[in-house]
Amino acid sequence: MFSGSSIIVGLEVGTSKVCAVVGDLAADGGLNIVGLGQACSRGVRKGEIADVALAEEDVRCAIVEAEKMADVEIRSVYLGVTGGHLRGFNNRGVYPVASADREITKDDVQDVIRNAKAINLPAENHVLHAIRQHFIVDGQDGITDPVGMLSSRLEVDVHVVHGNRNRLQNAIRTVKGLQLEVDDIVFNGLAASLALLTSEQKELGSLVIDIGGGTADYVVCANGIIKHTGVLAVGGDHVSNDLAYGLKVSLSRAEQLKIEHGSSFVEPGDKGQTFTLPNEHGLAHKTVNLEHLRRVMSLRLEEIFQLIGQDLEQAGVLDYLRAGVFLCGGGAHIPQITRLAEQVLQMPATLGQTNSISGLKSALNQPEFATAIGLVKFGSFTQRKRGGKSSLTGGLKNTFGQLFRRP
Amino acid sequence: MITKAQNEAAAATASQTPAVKIIGVGGAGINLMELMLKNGLPGADFAAVDTDARALAACRATKQILLETPLLRGLGTGGDPERGRALAEEQFPKLKSLFEGTDMAFVLAGLGGGAGTGIGPVAARAAKEAGALVLGFVAMPFDCEGHRRQRVAQHGLAQFKAAADGAICLPNQKVFKLIDENTSVLETFKIINNFLAAGVHGVWRLLRHQGLIEIHFTELAALIQDRHAESTLAIAEAMGPTRSREVMDKLLAHPMLDGGQLLGESEAVLVSVTGGADLTMAEVNRVMEQINRQCERAQVIMGAAIDEAFKDRLAITLVAARKHPEREAIAGPPGSREEPGQQLLPPLTEGRTGSRFVPPAPELPLEQVEQLLARQRGGGLRQRKSASRMRQAQLPLEIVSKGRFDKSEPTIHKGEDLDVPTYIRQGVPLN
Repeated sequence: MFSGSSIIVGLEVGTSKVCAVVGDLAADGGLNIVGLGQACSRGVRKGEIADVALAEEDVRCAIVEAEKMADVEIRSVYLGVTGGHLRGFNNRGVYPVASADREITKDDVQDVIRNAKAINLPAENHVLHAIRQHFIVDGQDGITDPVGMLSSRLEVDVHVVHGNRNRLQNAIRTVKGLQLEVDDIVFNGLAASLALLTSEQKELGSLVIDIGGGTADYVVCANGIIKHTGVLAVGGDHVSNDLAYGLKVSLSRAEQLKIEHGSSFVEPGDKGQTFTLPNEHGLAHKTVNLEHLRRVMSLRLEEIFQLIGQDLEQAGVLDYLRAGVFLCGGGAHIPQITRLAEQVLQMPATLGQTNSISGLKSALNQPEFATAIGLVKFGSFTQRKRGGKSSLTGGLKNTFGQLFRRP
Repeated sequence: MITKAQNEAAAATASQTPAVKIIGVGGAGINLMELMLKNGLPGADFAAVDTDARALAACRATKQILLETPLLRGLGTGGDPERGRALAEEQFPKLKSLFEGTDMAFVLAGLGGGAGTGIGPVAARAAKEAGALVLGFVAMPFDCEGHRRQRVAQHGLAQFKAAADGAICLPNQKVFKLIDENTSVLETFKIINNFLAAGVHGVWRLLRHQGLIEIHFTELAALIQDRHAESTLAIAEAMGPTRSREVMDKLLAHPMLDGGQLLGESEAVLVSVTGGADLTMAEVNRVMEQINRQCERAQVIMGAAIDEAFKDRLAITLVAARKHPEREAIAGPPGSREEPGQQLLPPLTEGRTGSRFVPPAPELPLEQVEQLLARQRGGGLRQRKSASRMRQAQLPLEIVSKGRFDKSEPTIHKGEDLDVPTYIRQGVPLN
């Protein structure tokens, strides 16, 4: 990959689909989406690779499709990762300002960030992100840039996302098996929040829930920083599985029923309604009760929101969310899902719009592409920074990718 | 018989309501009766029977019977139930006269000693012969009191059941769940007494008060008579507008019910809902719905009663009876003596995994068999635990296939497996 390349690719190996998005980073910093490739995913369970061979095949399909569409050769990708092993927490670094005039210099800022990132974790854990939050200067909170201020004690909060090293490596190895470079790995929820949220929404406080096939990733942004992240290893697959069990149909049929008849609520009109499923000869084969279908589904979805709500309450971030909930991922297609989210989480809920990127507008403005687009956006931030334009936008700095870059 | 005051009894017989006599037998029984006397049960008549003159002298019951022969020198039975029984038989007419004109008698006794175990069943029989319905409330000894007392108590319980219309027994050992490490012995006994007294009170309320839904005495007796091995008592009370929900929460959190688990294992459950005049049917219904859901296997008998004193309050008294196969075999009539040999081996239903090969029961003389049995039933608490573990092992009947997630790592959140369909975990029925 030659330096100054303007092609950025985001690859999400999800539980239900593999999605590659190609972005073109213009010289003026504008990001344009030029290609999109998708494939059904078969080798992934709950967001983690379960069958490497199948996953490789699916990734190849998606990459080839994206290459054709964008008419570029893809050499490296920003890889999205998720899974129940990922955890997020906040950590604080402290640094005494030593200089005689007590003025905070850039070096001091670097040092305090380094201190905050020095986290004691078990050896098998890897820090995915350490995202800078606010600086605290002599106990004064909420400072975004302390350089030039006078103080004796500088502190900074970072939000750390970490996960199991081996399980993260599995995803990386799968992609590397296809002779693709991994520029960086990014937590899916973080990518989705980058794609969906405007800076105003980040400032106001918003929750992004990416209801994917195998996991529900969520991120809380407030006051312009990432406050909290989490993964609940429950997703659309669980809904299908519940339906297959509850209605006694095959898993693929359950999947189909979910898409055709699913809803987040049991409406009063559903009571007693049934429809028949034809068998392979087109004859009536089985009768399914619509009320049962929706009841099973709504209970599962409600539980997902409840568990997320409980986690947010425990983390104490529920009150920061003034802009409300933004939903994305395949689960956001479920009818009435915003109403359910509103009801459970007690805040306004909307479907997220990926409107901060240009190109292929209509095709891309689907909730399930948010993560892949967010990956491209993440890549563009990193690329810009590397390109000498020292911007602290996003404050996302990650060195992990360097481990995987060939010399 | 020493009669202190008879006007109360006369008042009771004169009124339409049945005359209830509460009689404490032996030290523990009298203590319990004293407590109830102090708390006050309007319309009930109290009496005490003991072999110890000093204990009786301290008692404030309206009627007292001192059973004694010159041989005992007023010092009690010395822990020998046979002596107590012989004494009671000797003075049987005196006991019988005590119950004259009584419609319903509660016999309170602590089993395991001499007086309660020996006299109690005889007193119950006397009451029955005098034409009263008899309900026994007996406390079983602590495990630490030794095997001998346990055996004596089991025997006494069997006799009690034969003599009375029904017996509710409450193992003292269960009180350990109510007390902590620092509770003194005195306090512990106070707790036990309070607890039993509240239980008696609850049952009494159930039978005496005008009910929305009445429980007849015979129903109660039939419920506890044959299938009953040991009972657990739980009492909960709540006030305010959300009382029906609160009271259920309290009841299910009751330590004696093992967090509601015991209800599921019960054979028969008796529920008494008592409230003030403002008790609504919806509240009764809500409470019963929850209880019924908790104990699907049990036969549930319920009663709802109005007590004027219960303004804005709601109380539930719950007696759960559980079959205890091992204990029943021991407490069974002497006619079934050939069987204990087989009982020495843990019954297969205990669910102890291991080889399928079961060696034949060892051939031992009867005394030795009994000794071994006594040792086996020594650890009552342990047995109960193993019994509940056995029920856990039956769960495979309900195992839910995880379908797609069978081979992946389970998603455990606070001990719940999220891969299992939500509607199953929440118990939402389809159809």
